[in-house]
Amino acid sequence: MEIFHNLVMGFGVAITPIHLLYALIGCLLGTLIGVLPGIGPVATIAMLLPITFNLSPVAALIMLAGIYYGAQYGGSTTAILVNIPGESSSVVTCLDGYQMARQGRAGPALAVAALGSFFAGCVSTLIIALAAPPLAEVALKFGPSEYFSLMVFGLVAATVLAHGSLIKAIAMVAFGLLLGIVGTDVNSGVLRFTFNIPELSDGIGFVIVAMGMFGTAEIVANLELKDNREIFTKDVKNLWPTREDFKRAWAPVMRGTALGSFLGILPGGGALLASFGAYTLEKKVSRHPEQFGKGAIEGVAGPESANNAGAQTSFIPMLTLGIPSNAVMALMIGALMIQGIAPGPQVMNEKPQLFWGLIASMWVGNLMLVVLNLPLIGMWVKLLTVPYRYLYPSILVFMAIGVFSLSNNAFDVLIMAVFGVLGYICVKLECEPAPMILGFILGPLMEENLRRAMLLSRGDPMTFIYKPISAGFIIAATILLIVVALPAIRKKREEVFVEEV
Amino acid sequence: MKIKSPKDFWSGLMFLGFGLFFVIWAAIHYQMGTAVRMGPAYFPILLGGLLSVLGLAILLESFVVEGPPVPAFAFRPLILISVGCVLYGYLMKPLGLFVATLALVVVSAFGGHEFKWKEVLILYVILMLFSWLVFVRGLTLPFPLCPDFIANCPIR
Repeated sequence: MEIFHNLVMGFGVAITPIHLLYALIGCLLGTLIGVLPGIGPVATIAMLLPITFNLSPVAALIMLAGIYYGAQYGGSTTAILVNIPGESSSVVTCLDGYQMARQGRAGPALAVAALGSFFAGCVSTLIIALAAPPLAEVALKFGPSEYFSLMVFGLVAATVLAHGSLIKAIAMVAFGLLLGIVGTDVNSGVLRFTFNIPELSDGIGFVIVAMGMFGTAEIVANLELKDNREIFTKDVKNLWPTREDFKRAWAPVMRGTALGSFLGILPGGGALLASFGAYTLEKKVSRHPEQFGKGAIEGVAGPESANNAGAQTSFIPMLTLGIPSNAVMALMIGALMIQGIAPGPQVMNEKPQLFWGLIASMWVGNLMLVVLNLPLIGMWVKLLTVPYRYLYPSILVFMAIGVFSLSNNAFDVLIMAVFGVLGYICVKLECEPAPMILGFILGPLMEENLRRAMLLSRGDPMTFIYKPISAGFIIAATILLIVVALPAIRKKREEVFVEEV
Repeated sequence: MKIKSPKDFWSGLMFLGFGLFFVIWAAIHYQMGTAVRMGPAYFPILLGGLLSVLGLAILLESFVVEGPPVPAFAFRPLILISVGCVLYGYLMKPLGLFVATLALVVVSAFGGHEFKWKEVLILYVILMLFSWLVFVRGLTLPFPLCPDFIANCPIR
């Protein structure tokens, strides 16, 4: 069994003391920012990216990955106890988790969320280990036209899965793609859209855009809200769920894991979509749908398992194709590039230690997270009592340090502020920033592959249809667009995201 | 014509504006090339055109479909937080880490709901020490600590 051999090697990497330490740091940080509303994994990973330069590639990826799935654990704590999503992916957990807390059952809700996440984490890690190698094998055969079509499919999927207006999401993708090509054109050496600003000749840094759109914009949006939280800290005594709870929760955990793992692989998917999908599914299959929103344990178990599964399987496209499916994965690619590793299907063969070490560390990390989140829950609850007026200047300081340290340049901080304002306007106009960020990352890649494909086919755009794999992606993208544009499905899609309100 | 959906109206206008800008700027300044050998203008014009069309569609739809109004902007936190960040960046080289952090913390704290000098200063001292010890001493980021005009910085 080759996979067995590989996993043993991976564990050998993951359980060295130094990697255990970075996994622990990642999980701690992830839980911390997960618990704290107003700061998410995107901004945190972006902040830490410059620092990872000093680490080994394995340690850097282990730590950053820990932040992402750690945030899924932490987010549920805030959702259940305060009725504020600590993380966007735990929005739906508020619905039933908070109701359970009000009924004095915060403990079981937290326990089910953590144990469900742990189960989902273990299963989805196994899925990555099983699915990634064959996928990478296929991806090695990809030429420019296949890559271009794959990215088209990815962007279409991302717009379909984003909530809000479909046409606005597509416009945001196009806008992101355009911003992505600012800088020196690799083919001709022409400076495009740089307006004689030397700092723009290398393009706009992705980290800067992400911090502006997800960091400062988010803080301003949070400051609009009044600081009134009702916290059920005293109720967290009896953690262990009853036998009845277990009986009701195990099936939703299974379904959530399956659905989350699937949705995580899709481009634009990941934790957020998985949790919404799982909640809707649980409500559909339940024999007592009227209990949902009134403290049904299924409404906690399903989405919380799903978001952790989705967070982990979203590593699959990044690791096998070198294509990010969401903003966090784009940052992971950034981390690889800082280390001088070109992301893509070859990573698995050339750097098996990195690949299998990362996968094994996910198991280790999930185990750490259960320990961090259940026995130590009191510590995290205390954190929630810190008022936001202490938190946001601290977040700003860390973001400013992170951006400034990228190239010791004040201009970068200015760009971050500009994107903060743009991000805030987008929030107000209900234009989702996530598709834009995805477009922004893929912009240069897409242009490069389009050019190469057209050069190879002597300018015949039919090349995207003649090649079977490429045609498959294009057809899938078209079907997806048509299906979503159908009025009936359009209405359904809107319903799924309405749960949030 | 009456705007029925202000959110869509303004976002449509925004997309149309950005799209047209990219198309026109690229068409004037860069080579178009051919489909086989694409020039630097090819991809931006393609995408800018798409963005303009989508923007126009959103704009036109806003006259037909009913939608919610644009919520009020919180200008105070928006401006103060942006200004705080920019100050941090541009004060770093001339005045050093400690002054830059002070500017960012104080200015952004004015953007919050309540402002107490004592709290803000304590927060500043903690954040300043943390940035100095963890980022400059620990992670060896090359940030200037003292203002430029002090020749021999006593702090390292």
